[in-house]
Amino acid sequence: MSSFLTLSIVQSALELGCIYALVALALFVSFSLLNIADLSTDGCFTLGCAVGAVVTMAGHPFLAFFAAMAAGVASGFITAFLQTKMGVQSILAGIIVNTGLYTINLMVMGFSSNINLFNTNTIFSMAKELSESEVYRSWYKIIIVVCIVLLVCVFLAWFLNTSLGLSIRATGDNEYMVRASSINPGFTITVGLCVASAMTALSGAVLGQYQKSCDINYGTGQVTIALASLIIGESLIKKGSIFKRVIFVVLGSCLYRFIVAIALRMNLPAEALKLVSAVIVAIAISFPYLKEKAGFYKHRRDVMRQASKNV
Amino acid sequence: MLQITDISKTFNPGTVNEKTALQNVSLHLDSGDFATIIGSNGAGKSTLFNAITGAFYVDSGRIVLDEEDITFKKEHLRSKEIGHLFQDPLLGTAPHMSIEENMALAYMRASGKHSLFGRITKSDKERFREHLALLDMGLEDRMKNPVGLLSGGQRQALTLLMATMVTPKLLLLDEHTAALDPATAEKVLNLTKRIVAERNITCLMVTHNMHQALELGNRTLMMNGGNIVLDVSGEERANMTVEDLLEQFKVQVGEQLDNDRILLSK
Ligand SMILES: Nc1ncnc2c1ncn2[C@@H]1O[C@H](COP(=O)(O)OP(=O)(O)OP(=O)(O)O)[C@@H](O)[C@H]1O
Ligand SMILES: [Mg+2]
Repeated sequence: MSSFLTLSIVQSALELGCIYALVALALFVSFSLLNIADLSTDGCFTLGCAVGAVVTMAGHPFLAFFAAMAAGVASGFITAFLQTKMGVQSILAGIIVNTGLYTINLMVMGFSSNINLFNTNTIFSMAKELSESEVYRSWYKIIIVVCIVLLVCVFLAWFLNTSLGLSIRATGDNEYMVRASSINPGFTITVGLCVASAMTALSGAVLGQYQKSCDINYGTGQVTIALASLIIGESLIKKGSIFKRVIFVVLGSCLYRFIVAIALRMNLPAEALKLVSAVIVAIAISFPYLKEKAGFYKHRRDVMRQASKNV
Repeated sequence: MLQITDISKTFNPGTVNEKTALQNVSLHLDSGDFATIIGSNGAGKSTLFNAITGAFYVDSGRIVLDEEDITFKKEHLRSKEIGHLFQDPLLGTAPHMSIEENMALAYMRASGKHSLFGRITKSDKERFREHLALLDMGLEDRMKNPVGLLSGGQRQALTLLMATMVTPKLLLLDEHTAALDPATAEKVLNLTKRIVAERNITCLMVTHNMHQALELGNRTLMMNGGNIVLDVSGEERANMTVEDLLEQFKVQVGEQLDNDRILLSK
């Protein structure tokens, strides 16, 4: 086993797991809590990556994260605006914004489909210089991404327990209640999507600095992968405090990366990754249903057996 | 208190599904009035409530609540002052949120005491616990449980509590005990009576129980075909029997009261 999963494979699974966990957390807000399928995720991820990369190149790797989040908020705001003020269905709103973002992203990247940050300071390259120690050098990336993701988790758990956060959760939980309470669903949906998109964009910005590059296609398929992570995470925990649920979403994302790492170790070509994630999502989503069905068949068999015995 | 003048509402105008659900309805409620409403299926009772809460805007007419014209006020702004209980006990609460969180939502909105980033405080929890204890359902010890785990009756009782935690100017009860078993229904009804009486809340209540229609409150309204066809109060009402009420319906409408949930028994 130890040769099958080397330390570096485990480490990079953890690193990517934490970085992409931010997208899963975004879907936790939009999909699980608000009950909206936000398909602008892919474009928003690239947007964060592109904005982050450009600001990083300008010499501000920290500011890059905030710039990316601001761009994410703008993107989320437009998606929400289309839904709440223009009467566009939520799925369509996401698709429209996603399409538009492709061009925006290219513009941000100066109409090139790829930017590299090899000769630029990133938070990773800066942190690397802090110590020569070998242990530190092998773990510093994980330390950084875990810190970022923990910060986001703490913020999110705090936010979702504020008055505004409760209203956002109620918006996705019971439409009638929201209408009868003085919650303005247009407002809560907008805030929720802005927060979600900010996290998606932050994820893109962190990935850009981590990979030292930004590619117009980085976002492709993110929504599926994040959904897989989210569903894995949510199926690990049925109920619990918001903080617990948030942490399990992160664990779900890490677990997903491990599954992918294992798939890669089995000599699947990298091109097969998207198919693998589609399969994982399908399995993860249908698992609870199949479990229930299996329970029913077992129950029916037991009852039938009992009945035939009694005859 | 509540002054409704000549409101009308037609659904799907200009289509084959055109349906005039309210037709020049006028109604005046004084402060502290508690009126019961009966009527056939499709008479427009729920539609009247929805017009008051702002689920849609009326086609014509005016609605004035406590000297404020709310005809074109947005629904979520009206609900600060209007409590609305639905017939379906599942509609009033958020199932995946805890009892405490549901109550916090209701409290924060109506009291206006919390900022956007306010959190549930210890004293809030204490207040919720006291309110829950009034229900005598043991809910005060389950405040962290998701509401989805509660029975329909418990949820409806909780909704009632949430709607009245901060006294609303107007309370609308739309057959809120109809989906509950008799014992639970009675419990929720007694609670309703107590809360409404103690706080002197102006209240409209749709019921399909003829005895309740006459016993509860101080006025009885009868609706048919989008109109209020009968409005009795005072001595006339005090002397009325269920038979009289049904007879009145026949006189006003020209047919038997036809409500598939009608209850004549106590
Ligand atoms: N949103 C809507 N769209 C179209 N028609 C509607 C709508 N709401 C109500 N109606 C119609 O308006 C009429 C009055 O309905 P309403 O729900 O007010 O009746 P009700 O008196 O509450 O009856 P019940 O006792 O069955 O609850 C019905 O014919 C109904 O089909
Ligand atoms: Mg009705």
